Amino acid sequence: MKTKYLPYLLILPAGAYLLFFIGYPLVQAIYLAFTQNGHFTLANFHRAFSNSMFFQALKFTLALAIVIIPIQVVLALVLALIMMNTFKGKDWVLYALIIPLTISDVAGGLIWYTMLSDAGFLNKLLLNLGLISQPIHFFGYQYRTMEFLAIVLEEIWRSTAIVFVIILAGLQMISREYIEAAEVFGAGYWTRLRKIVIPMLKPSIQSALIIRTLFAMQIFGAVWMLAGRDIPVLAGEGYYQLTFIKDYSVASIYALAIAMLSIVLGALYVKFLKAPYLEVGE
Amino acid sequence: MNDETKYFLTRLGIYTFLFTFVLWVIVPIIISTLYAFSTRLDYYNMNKVIPTHFTTEWVKTILFTLGGWQGIKNSIVVALMTIGISFSLGIPAGYAIAKFIFPGKDSIKLSIIALRMFPIPVMAIPLVILYIHLHLIDTLFGVALAHTAMALPFVVLITSSIFAGVSKDFEEAALVFGLNRFQSFLKITLPLALPGLAAAAMFTFVMSWNEVFVASILTLKNRTLPAQILSIMAGSSGGAAPPYYKFAAAFIMTFPALIFVFFARKYLVTMWGITLK
Repeated sequence: MKTKYLPYLLILPAGAYLLFFIGYPLVQAIYLAFTQNGHFTLANFHRAFSNSMFFQALKFTLALAIVIIPIQVVLALVLALIMMNTFKGKDWVLYALIIPLTISDVAGGLIWYTMLSDAGFLNKLLLNLGLISQPIHFFGYQYRTMEFLAIVLEEIWRSTAIVFVIILAGLQMISREYIEAAEVFGAGYWTRLRKIVIPMLKPSIQSALIIRTLFAMQIFGAVWMLAGRDIPVLAGEGYYQLTFIKDYSVASIYALAIAMLSIVLGALYVKFLKAPYLEVGE
Repeated sequence: MNDETKYFLTRLGIYTFLFTFVLWVIVPIIISTLYAFSTRLDYYNMNKVIPTHFTTEWVKTILFTLGGWQGIKNSIVVALMTIGISFSLGIPAGYAIAKFIFPGKDSIKLSIIALRMFPIPVMAIPLVILYIHLHLIDTLFGVALAHTAMALPFVVLITSSIFAGVSKDFEEAALVFGLNRFQSFLKITLPLALPGLAAAAMFTFVMSWNEVFVASILTLKNRTLPAQILSIMAGSSGGAAPPYYKFAAAFIMTFPALIFVFFARKYLVTMWGITLK
């Protein structure tokens, strides 16, 4: 066998598998979205869009991402910069910081339900400290704003870890020499941070931003646990249409909407952040 | 204020922030674990912030009455199948990307990185139709196939970075001593990459263990743990489950993950291409 073809042959099985599992659902979703009993129709789109839940879901999915992600990036950056120092117990701190990486969205939602429910930890703590006289209600349709807040807290709690790890990995790849050279020339901590660390960290930050944003478009488990359909999100509505209404066409439209959003947002990030982030993926 | 006090105060500020953040991460885990074993009376007693009477009733109910144990077994089977399939497909691809130079390599890598972020779980919605035709619906194998699609881009990228970390010199030495490329992979590269691959396997395991969307829509009776919990806790069957069941469920789902991070904590950051010492 010629070595020339060997790498392609090695990649082929994985490539074909992925192509099938992305290509087939995409084609099938488009077919389901545009047909009814085998005939072309736009009725499915009409059905999806005339239901106010679609635009609500779109709005809340984007709103959650817009609120959550900037907080996560700032927190993760600060934490990663701190973790570049050496101090006692650093291993344990690192362990604590990466724990949420392995906690699922469903479990995260349930854990925060424990914290925030009427007889939950936060309410009992505040009541017993005398800071409040009535429990703060986080759950129920009439407290939607609080449900939104609960989801934001849970997501910041659970998924800041991935941003942190990516940024930390990026920080550790910056050669000490650059920083030492800057030190020799008398650059203070903030100057070094602004002129050397942050610019060199840009690819990692971009990579973390893209990953978090695209995952945020698929947000489901935590929302479903904490708010159900009070706070509709795209993936949740797709799930609802599929399993409860059995409307495959509308469910497919939700799936397509998430796919389109991901592609558009991904492309926008790459275009506007001029991301050479690919090098960092290694 | 002299420099020394300033330095001291900055340090104090930094470590207070770090300490607060660590508390913010671990307190909910500790609290939800305690509440999972709290008696009903202690939970509803508004004066008891920390419960003092404990029971295993809720965890047992979730495990043995509400199908949690079966869910755990299903989750493990699905995760192991996912590791098996995604590694047998992903390792050759990862090796090719790490060790060969060939035209189109960059575009292939770029597509895999892009695919890593494509909403594959959500694309399982149209997959339902195909699964019904192929009788894969409500089977663990079907879920594992979809989980493989989700995990495969990660496996390719992680394994390629692991193989790239194995020095070319060793392999070349093996080739000089008369091994062919496949033998040198099997005898030299693979053993050297093994710890990294084990970590990658754990990573894949957790991905599959935690995945809920695909598992929920592709199964009805043979549910994995998260799918089972989701259907008990919300939606049609359970309505609003009593709070202490929710805590017990959170405990059951989180506990194995905690053990995993403990053992893999060194590798977790290595996953992103570095070692922390």
